[in-house]
Amino acid sequence: MRLHFEPRPTPSFAMQVLAPVAALGLTVAVGCVLFALLDLDPIETLRIFFVRPLSSANGVSEWLLKASPLILIGLGLAVGFRANVWNIGAEGMFVIGAICACGPALAFGEGGHVWLLPLMALAGAAGGVAWAAVPAFLRVRFNANEILVTLMLNYVAILLLGWLVRGPWRDPYGFNYPQTAIFGPSALFDPLVGGYRVNTSIFITLAVVAAAWVFIQWSFAGYRMTVGGAAPAAARFAGFRESRAIWLGLLIGGGCAGLAGMMEAAGPLGQLSPTISPGYGFAAIIVAFIGRLHPFGIVLGGLLLSLLYMGGESAQIMLKLPAALTRTFQGMLLFFLLAADFMIYYRPRLAGRR
Amino acid sequence: MGKDPRGQGAFLAAAAAGCAGGAMTPRLELRGISKTFPGVVANDDVSLRVMPGEIHAVLGENGAGKSTLMKIIYGAMAADRGEIFWDGEPVRIPSPAAARQLGVGMVYQHFSLFESVSVAENIAVAVDEPFDLPALSARVRELSQRYGLPLDPGRLLGHLSVGERQRVEIVRCLLQHPRLLILDEPTSVLTPQAVKRLFETLRVVAAEGCSLLYISHKLEEIRALCDNATVLRRGAVAGGADPKVASSAELAALMTGAALPETRREPARPEPAPRLEVRSLNVTSEDPFGVPLRDVSFAVHPGEIVGIAGVSGNGQTELAALLSGERTVPDKDAIRLDGEPAAHLDAGARRDRGLAFVPEDRLGRGVVPLMSLRENAILTAHRLGMVRRGMLRRFKANAYAREVIERFNVRCTGAAATARSLSGGNLQKYIVGREIALSPRVLVVSQPTWGLDVAAAAAIRQALIDLSRRSAAVLVISEELDELFEICDRILVIYEGRLSASRERGETNVEEIGLLMAGMGADPGAGMGWVAGQAMNAGEAANAGVGST
Repeated sequence: MRLHFEPRPTPSFAMQVLAPVAALGLTVAVGCVLFALLDLDPIETLRIFFVRPLSSANGVSEWLLKASPLILIGLGLAVGFRANVWNIGAEGMFVIGAICACGPALAFGEGGHVWLLPLMALAGAAGGVAWAAVPAFLRVRFNANEILVTLMLNYVAILLLGWLVRGPWRDPYGFNYPQTAIFGPSALFDPLVGGYRVNTSIFITLAVVAAAWVFIQWSFAGYRMTVGGAAPAAARFAGFRESRAIWLGLLIGGGCAGLAGMMEAAGPLGQLSPTISPGYGFAAIIVAFIGRLHPFGIVLGGLLLSLLYMGGESAQIMLKLPAALTRTFQGMLLFFLLAADFMIYYRPRLAGRR
Repeated sequence: MGKDPRGQGAFLAAAAAGCAGGAMTPRLELRGISKTFPGVVANDDVSLRVMPGEIHAVLGENGAGKSTLMKIIYGAMAADRGEIFWDGEPVRIPSPAAARQLGVGMVYQHFSLFESVSVAENIAVAVDEPFDLPALSARVRELSQRYGLPLDPGRLLGHLSVGERQRVEIVRCLLQHPRLLILDEPTSVLTPQAVKRLFETLRVVAAEGCSLLYISHKLEEIRALCDNATVLRRGAVAGGADPKVASSAELAALMTGAALPETRREPARPEPAPRLEVRSLNVTSEDPFGVPLRDVSFAVHPGEIVGIAGVSGNGQTELAALLSGERTVPDKDAIRLDGEPAAHLDAGARRDRGLAFVPEDRLGRGVVPLMSLRENAILTAHRLGMVRRGMLRRFKANAYAREVIERFNVRCTGAAATARSLSGGNLQKYIVGREIALSPRVLVVSQPTWGLDVAAAAAIRQALIDLSRRSAAVLVISEELDELFEICDRILVIYEGRLSASRERGETNVEEIGLLMAGMGADPGAGMGWVAGQAMNAGEAANAGVGST
């Protein structure tokens, strides 16, 4: 008897739904082994990781607060991924979005203006779009690999942020800390519920979820991009231009990431510091894939990854586990998800005598 | 090819069978072979007998289960039920290696060869013996001489014509001293003259006692070559026949369960102004082993069907991509639509001007494999009101897909079925149907009935004729000469990237076109013909049936 895999005639719908669940299950299982090796009670550790963070109203608030940017970035990336545009520069676009939003906020200072927040949102999104235009142009004009260009631009953006908060934008009254002044009240989103950090920017994310769904499912542009990603020769056959798909894919990804950066700066942070992102731009790649590049799936993926972030913090505090544990879990989740995805298109079969 | 002395082959086979021993033990016998795939019965209680030295045809439409049956014999697939006897002994064939051990050789329809290494090296890869290139080359030379398959073992495979590549595959099998040789649609890539040569070779092979299983859907060939035929229909044996006695119509009736459909055609009344015009198109290929097009010129008028014949790999792929707009050229005037320059326009812009195109690759080019048929309708039919203000009107796409499915009798589970779930023939009907339903002004079709069953092919040919008679300009690029003669009003031949002058169908014949396909015709047309002997090597000369032994 020998196990081998054969292609399915049609992709299994059940597996499409089950794959993320199986991936999560395997991640938890391997996590338990990991905990056991660290001499921790696996069940208790899992409870600290996945249950404790959500057992208070504040926990739920933080959960949504972290999920929001992950979902927003993931939606933008998914549009590109569907067209085989591999943007892994969302981290940099997120940072640029935060920087661009910070400009008007600092310019207005304490005074503020009713239109300041929309202006910041516009600036943030525009910043992300502009940052994404660089790899798009290089890819379309010179066929430069967008994976490398977007990846490298991440570091450029992060270094630019570091220079700004240590140099021209450093808060003169900030005891020389590398951070900007705190934004005025009109440059900040209002809390959703008094006393908790989750804020009204979550509605922007919800609106983008709906917009992304319409774009992917119902727009001709979204259809063309899906065709380009699924069968490039068919797109050429139909006369759908690849360059358009590359531009759209990267710019939408950049716009969403930039907007998420603005929401982070004008939300929980209220200022810029060198470390404004706990790796949202990279985690959103996982979110997009867990969500099967579908807007509603991405919402679930974002909530899951957000929970992993919180579980990691909770484990750090309660169990003195290293922060790298969060990344480990993210990595395992993506690894198992890609492995489980295989089962959507292939099925196992035992070859042997009948 | 139908007038070949068949008696000779039968005589030799009978002689060989006689030599093998008085008690006639079948070389191969299948009893009650069944194989089921999810939702499909590929083989249903199939029994079959092949005697030593017999050339046995396995005849059937696409999807009749021929390939599955051959895979089972070759060990590439296991049967669910049934027994296989080899020389009277029950055997199990769990793998192709085991099949080769028994003495089964297989020549696939699609070659598995490496273009960047030599003929001998290609053969060495497949032979289970120590690597000794000089010795192998000598054997290849000796063998190819004996069977009339001229082949230079030192040549780079990428430089070989398709016919020569097939010889490599056959020699590769013969080197293993097979006792049963399976050939899957071996003539689909050959000129009529090369088919004759191949048949001579096969008769010699059979006369030496090797049994042949010959898979095909071409009735004339089977009648010319085979001693016996087993006809499969929907996975089951529909009957056996003596192809020397049975008529093509009888065989077709066995195969399809119905009479052979005939195409109806009125005489063409082409309009004077050409709708598609190509003027001295010179293009190098993007593929290193591709064929550059040299000074290609022709025109297609509304109301006629023009065919481009040629053995595959002579520039058809390049020409099709250039006509469809998948590839563009800067010289605007090289291709004109309705008298307007169009060579610089991409596929979408040309479609906006009324051009439609059916590519030779179906999955992944003609359709997106994982998308449903209705989503695939949008691919080219979005111009028919399926998009409003940038938004899809999916109900329109659905209606369009259903109309195509019904009108062209596409067998599928409905408009929601993924393109990948359709059989090749049904998918082709869908793609051709989708393009015809666009009511194009110009339709370019590449290999319209490649791999299709008789009924489906006839339906598509009829649809092409009907479209042209509604004053569309239709261009068909095909390797099937019979097809071109059936539907085309004029025929041109492509050879090594050059196009011959056009010939009225009534004023030419299969022999003349066949010679042109081999680069042999002295073409008086417009100074762009080729002369016999030009750019030719010994292999191709033999390929064309000239100077043969």
